Amino acid sequence: MAEVDLIAETAERLLADFATPQAADAAENGVFPDALWRAVEEAGFLLALIPEEAGGLGVDPESAAGLLRRSAYHAAPIPLAETMLAARLLAQAGINLPAGPLSLACGDVELTPVPSGWRVQGKATRVAWGAQSAALVVVTAQDGRAHIALVPRDGYAATAGRNLADEPRDDLSIAADIPPASVAASPVDAEGLLWRLAALRAIQMAGAMERALDLSVAYAGERSQFGKPIGRFQAIQQALASAAGQVAAAVSAASLAAEAVVNDGENASLRAAVAKARCGEAAGSVAGIAHQIHGAIGFSHEHPLRLVTRRLWAWRDEHGPEAFWNRRLGEAALAAPGGSLWHLITAA
Amino acid sequence: MTRFDFPAPSRSEAEEALRAEVRSFLATELTNARAIDRAPSWSGFDASFSRKLGARGWIGMTWPRRYGGREASFLERYVVLEELLAAGAPVAAHWIADRQSGPLLLRYGTEAQREAILPRIAAGECFFCIGMSEPDSGSDLAATRTRARPVEGGWRVSGAKLWTTYAHKSHYMILFCRTSDEGERNKGLSQFLVEMTTPGVTVRPVCDISGAHHFNEVHFDDVFLPADTLLGTPGQGWAQVMNELAFERSGPERFLSSFTLMDEFSKVVRAEPTSGGTEAVGRFVAHLVTLRRLSRSVATRLQAGADPTLEAALVKDLGALLEQDTPEIVRRHVAAEPSAEAPDDFAQALAWTIQNAPAFSLRGGTREILRGIIARGLGLR
Repeated sequence: MAEVDLIAETAERLLADFATPQAADAAENGVFPDALWRAVEEAGFLLALIPEEAGGLGVDPESAAGLLRRSAYHAAPIPLAETMLAARLLAQAGINLPAGPLSLACGDVELTPVPSGWRVQGKATRVAWGAQSAALVVVTAQDGRAHIALVPRDGYAATAGRNLADEPRDDLSIAADIPPASVAASPVDAEGLLWRLAALRAIQMAGAMERALDLSVAYAGERSQFGKPIGRFQAIQQALASAAGQVAAAVSAASLAAEAVVNDGENASLRAAVAKARCGEAAGSVAGIAHQIHGAIGFSHEHPLRLVTRRLWAWRDEHGPEAFWNRRLGEAALAAPGGSLWHLITAA
Repeated sequence: MTRFDFPAPSRSEAEEALRAEVRSFLATELTNARAIDRAPSWSGFDASFSRKLGARGWIGMTWPRRYGGREASFLERYVVLEELLAAGAPVAAHWIADRQSGPLLLRYGTEAQREAILPRIAAGECFFCIGMSEPDSGSDLAATRTRARPVEGGWRVSGAKLWTTYAHKSHYMILFCRTSDEGERNKGLSQFLVEMTTPGVTVRPVCDISGAHHFNEVHFDDVFLPADTLLGTPGQGWAQVMNELAFERSGPERFLSSFTLMDEFSKVVRAEPTSGGTEAVGRFVAHLVTLRRLSRSVATRLQAGADPTLEAALVKDLGALLEQDTPEIVRRHVAAEPSAEAPDDFAQALAWTIQNAPAFSLRGGTREILRGIIARGLGLR
């Protein structure tokens, strides 16, 4: 438990200092928050998902969830989740970790042996921080087996794109010759990468929802109408209580997602599916209530509420929306041995 | 940062061995149960089934051995409860005694009360009803008008309780009533351990919207209660009843009330898969897995002796939403007339669930009361 608190406290202090609304605003205009990134790197957070024996922090699931929830709480405009996962996969594959932010993709990419190592060629779309990353980690099938390759920044061209929250989601055109040490058998296949990315988004959504709720509760206490704080009205209290229920569910689902990523193991992909579907559903409800409570001011560009609500609307559809993951879960439940829904539920 | 305390629930091999044992028992016991019998689950009364559970040691599991318990953990007990509910076992007879009356006696009862009653509860032979609601006291529990006056050797009680589930089949009621008018309105309240055969106690049926009889009104006509029927401390009834409600609100019965219908729905979709049906089954899975984790977290905290009133309210509010959504969602995907008479299990489960769903957000604290508790937890009141 001490470890949970230490990482959470460090993250909270650092994010409060560097992940400011100004940094988030600037990031929406394409400015990468270098100071924030350096602070996160120096704290060792990029190595959070790498086991201690491999030189990482080896954090437990609750710490991993806490760290990513907090980064989303502050709308930190950096590829922390992507870099954490990419670093873990590189470590598992035995590829040396480069410095700087990493992009992570599973693309339509071909690996061909060349005298100097491998030629990597292809495309990856909607890649988080594709243009601003220091390198790309790509998972691809080669001769029917999953491979992982580390491509330096000069090995791909980026066409800038943005998600609904103005986070960079770039299309990459990859063409590079990379040394043998930059390619290895991948610890995950395309499917395994997808559910891990979905799990990380679920955790981020939980953190963004916590912020939306906190902003709303604070605003309800400050904003007076009809001679009293609006939080004194039962209608407002009931709406916020309803949002709190969704946030509690999301935080719990985020813990499941972290267990899936950190512990892996049997049913990990099911846990990730549960988390992405449940957090995605909660996201729309919590964002809606937060805006209703905030009234017109929360709908203005100058108000920080948008930093989390726009992310929620973007993130719930990234790496598979609720419909996609619910269908996966339904298929697993219907195929479960014993013909009972219950057996799957108790196993997950 | 808003923080609710939902620690990661533990999972042990002992629990999984117990789960296998319960499943095997239920597979034999419920072989011939129809969906219309399974759907009610913790509303289904079967005294002989409760005795069988008692014989297995699955009632009062967490209590000390000297009172008939087996000193099991809250999470072991949780495994038994959720397996019973998911299978649609008729557990109403002993449910209240096991869930809240027994723990209340353990905490506030005299040694004589515990010795006399707890082993009988654990054996599945002694059933309890809840004496809280009244005609003019529903959500506003402090408005209780039933009154006990101190007299020589005990108390005299007059008043009436309402919505008393299975009062007509219970051996005891834990009566919540006023014993003094001094102080604020949630002061001067006390609890009594009342034998239902006490002279002057009259039970009359109150049928629900489907015509089923489980509710009652219970009248107290100048009933004499000996001094040793007082439960706990006079005037401390409010604190005692709040403690009782934390046990009442957080269990798996707060999100599994529609589970038989979900399970029957999944069988229909399995036989004739559709995209929408499969997605709806998956959504149930996502919600149940999440709620179960929240609810098991609360059990973990109860085990640690914490007071999870706020977290229990969150679980119950979310659980009732899912339970009430269930019939509305499944009927979008399967064309079937809800009917207890229909030969197919889905139509039977739908019939029970549709008609009972309104109660899911009323019993044990209305949605509005729960959200008031949550709002207080958020610092809004």
